[in-house]
This record gives sequence, structure tokens and C-alpha cells, in this order.
Amino acid sequence: MSIQVLFFASLRERLGRSAGAVEAAGALTAADVWARAAGGEPMPVNTLIAVNMEYAEPAREVKDGDEVAFFPPVTGG
Amino acid sequence: MTIEVRTSSFDPGAELHRYQAGMAGAAGKYGATLSFVGTLRDFNDGDTVRAMTLEHYPGMTEKQLRAVCAEAQRRWELLDTLIIHRVGELLPNEPIVLVAVWSAHRAEAFDACRYLIEELKTRAPFWKKEQRPKDDARWVEHNTPATGKHSR
Repeated sequence: MSIQVLFFASLRERLGRSAGAVEAAGALTAADVWARAAGGEPMPVNTLIAVNMEYAEPAREVKDGDEVAFFPPVTGG
Repeated sequence: MTIEVRTSSFDPGAELHRYQAGMAGAAGKYGATLSFVGTLRDFNDGDTVRAMTLEHYPGMTEKQLRAVCAEAQRRWELLDTLIIHRVGELLPNEPIVLVAVWSAHRAEAFDACRYLIEELKTRAPFWKKEQRPKDDARWVEHNTPATGKHSR
């Protein structure tokens, strides 16, 4: 399966990229997606995760075609 | 119910006036209009702010804004809601966000307007990066709490 990965704001700058893709044969959680996409960087403790534009926990299982985004706490308004 | 992510500066008063004038079906039905405008300060956490860049997650930001408006419409009897939020480069004194609510009576409007801005700040994926005078930049790490040292 193929997962589309997005990084925003300070995480994007820290990792040096805004997007990537993860290919996998077996089951994957959102945390596994981070581990494969982030080039060995540990996930910062305050990282927020969204799967298909809805907030999700790190243990959330992802499916083929999902969009998984990682970003720091939001600061709008 | 309208939400908009805008890339250029806007006049909150003019937007409010124009939107309200276009609410044809609601004319005569609302007795309360409540609006909140968030404006960029020229200081934050003891430092001067020269400019700010606002980033968002296209698609998810709009989805979350629509969700908080729908929730407010379920919790209170509202005639309409409007949210306009800036992204891109902003200068001090430029508006960041306009939240407006229309209802028959004021209590719902006050409560719903507060709810919308607080939920937006908690959930809508926007990120602020401050540009400081010596051209160094810093990501804002968290929003000020809804109540705290700034309130009495």
C-alpha cells in the first residue's frame, strides 16, 4: 500500500521536506508512517497527527491511499 | 455559514457589513450580531514583531473551520456564522481573523462567538512564524490560554 505523508511548519523545516510517500506491504500505524518517513528523527512529543484531514492518535492504523500529516501545535486565530 | 482562508489583507468592518447585507433570508430575524477580530500585535513574549507568516494545511483547515461552525450551529440557535482567516505575510495592525455570529438574542451570539474563536485556535491547522527586527524568525509554539494571566 501507499501512504501520502505531509509535514507542516517547524516540522517541515526540521525535516527539510513538506511531503513524502511510504510504501508498505503489511499493517502500519500513523507512528510507523512517521518512523519510515522522518529519516530516523524521533517524533517530537507535542506532534499532532491527522489522517485524511481528521485528527488521529499515533496508534491509528492507516490504509492504502491515506494522507497522513504531522505538525506542531496549531497557533491560528 | 461561510468560512474563508484569505491570502491578502482585508477590512473586517467592510466584510461584516457586506456579508450581513447579503443575508437576505435572515433580515428581520436576528437581534444580535457578535464579531471578534484578531489583529497582529507588534510585540509577543517580550520581543518586537516586525511581520508574521501564517501557514495552513489547505483542505484540512477549511474542513476544521466548517466543523466548528457546524458544531456551534447545533449547540446554539444561530442564523448565520462567518469566519475569515488570513494566511501568508502579515504586518502589525493587520487583521488575522474575523469571526461573526448572528442570532435572535445576544446570549447565544456571545457564547457561540467565543466558542468559535477558541475552537478555531485549538483545532484549525494554522501556524504563525514571527519575523523579528534582526531578521531572525521564530515559530510561535502555542497560543495564549483562553483565560490566564491576561484576564482579570
